[in-house]
Amino acid sequence: MADAGMAGTAAAPSASNAAVLSVQNLEAWYGESHILHGINFDVSPGEVVTLLGRNGAGKTTTLKSVMGIIGKRAGSIRFDGKEIIRASSDRIARMGVAFCPEERGIFASLDVRENLLLPPAVRNGGLSMDQIFELFPNLKERLSSQGTKLSGGEQQMLAIGRILRTGARFLMLDEPTEGLAPVIIQQIGQTIARLKKEGFTILLVEQNFHFAATVADRFYIVEHGKIIDGFANSELQANMEKLHTYLGV
Amino acid sequence: MTAMTDNAMPVTPRAIRDEMIVFAIMTLLLLIVPLTDLYPFFVMQALCCALLACAFNLLIGYGGLLSFGHAMFLGTGGYVTAHAAKVWGMPPEFGILVGVAASAVLGVVTGIVAIRRQGIYFAMITLALSQLIYFIYVEVPFTHGEDGIQGIPQGHLFGFLDLSKPTVLYYVVVANFLFGFLIVFRAINSPFGEVLKSIRENEQRAISLGYKTDQYKLLAFILSGTLAGFAGSLKVYVVQNASLSDVEVSMSGLIVLMTLVGGLGTVFGPVVGAFIIVATQQYLAGFGSWVTVIQGSIFVACVLLFRRGIVGEIAHFFRRSL
Repeated sequence: MADAGMAGTAAAPSASNAAVLSVQNLEAWYGESHILHGINFDVSPGEVVTLLGRNGAGKTTTLKSVMGIIGKRAGSIRFDGKEIIRASSDRIARMGVAFCPEERGIFASLDVRENLLLPPAVRNGGLSMDQIFELFPNLKERLSSQGTKLSGGEQQMLAIGRILRTGARFLMLDEPTEGLAPVIIQQIGQTIARLKKEGFTILLVEQNFHFAATVADRFYIVEHGKIIDGFANSELQANMEKLHTYLGV
Repeated sequence: MTAMTDNAMPVTPRAIRDEMIVFAIMTLLLLIVPLTDLYPFFVMQALCCALLACAFNLLIGYGGLLSFGHAMFLGTGGYVTAHAAKVWGMPPEFGILVGVAASAVLGVVTGIVAIRRQGIYFAMITLALSQLIYFIYVEVPFTHGEDGIQGIPQGHLFGFLDLSKPTVLYYVVVANFLFGFLIVFRAINSPFGEVLKSIRENEQRAISLGYKTDQYKLLAFILSGTLAGFAGSLKVYVVQNASLSDVEVSMSGLIVLMTLVGGLGTVFGPVVGAFIIVATQQYLAGFGSWVTVIQGSIFVACVLLFRRGIVGEIAHFFRRSL
């Protein structure tokens, strides 16, 4: 197994100073529990990077740490060249980081339209309602439906659509395919591919390796709160055996 | 909290239309009260309490912040207006204005302290601050302690509306109530209201979307406190006194009760709840202190049998937003 630092640099195709997001020696705690033990990775502009790993490895905690949701953190997180490890969550969001949590966080008492209109515009270039409906036609049909009355797939579309309204160009998606039907997973995959084509940078957390393989440029393997390996999509076949060992699939 | 979420309905055009129809009916009913046998003094008192409950509902029903100290705003508005009218000889419009301003200032000061915590801690902080204000009003000379400020002159609103005439006073109170009600209505149907609802449901998510939720909570707290003070100022011209009973902790409890009985997180629930609670005080006065027991029983029945409150249950049954 490569050590954390090696993995972070070995697989990165670009220098860290060009990275949109650069995470160095990130440590995080839930109360007394030490969850992340020095995470290192970079995400370059326009890339789709996936964090893979088993349950409890620290993938979601990594995203939450970047977003400033975890209270106790140490190390360095640089976004667009600025240190954000001490920044509040709302400030990080206003800098252009958008986070779509695993539980989707749809506001139950708001309908689809209100959920889409709610987010503040943090930058110019947020998708219009029509553009959102073009990406997710289902949402247009459910415009007046209450957030909780949507299916899991529709909720996921709404959660992704909502962060696209903000104008943020860096998206963090936490297990967007979890619990969804194959046809919806395919639609989410197409959306991610399209967003990548339009220049969005995406940091994805996934347990569904087969899905991640279709959309990601690079992969990092997270285990016990560390990045233990990393490789580009082109190296996927060569690393398949190792990957099966890491993920237990 | 479950009841509160259950009452929450999206603000669709149909929902707003329903609410506007009910608002028109409510306005019409209030306008014809002097033509009926209903006691106008009772309705005016109920309207002041209704405005107070609406202000409280803005905070708990839409912002998810349970204040156990809203009586401090009611009392502050009342005392300052009473003092301004009686000692400084201010006309009603300025008396109300200084009372409301004092409540707003109190809202800023207490809000900055209270919104730093959530849930039960927020409730306890507001309760503690309310008790602090109560003891200040017990001690400071201008409130006249247990006696309160009595015999407050009603004066002429804008120089020509003689508030000593019951009918004029009634319509002035109705107009002011509707004004305050519409402020709350506008607030909850605005982008500000949407953000408040999102904070109530999932504050962390609202923050990570980029909202400084503390600012929204503080603004809601100040707005709610200011409107509660407005109710206190109005009440002074109805009952012509300001006393410690308006600042007591039991009054804060009564505000919670009115809102719960009517329906937390509903637009018209607090109005219905206020009328029911004031009616029990007014028409069951013959039972003496048993009124408190009756109110307690209503509270228990409400929690056990219709947790959405009266309006909340009706709205739920007809699948309408009220």
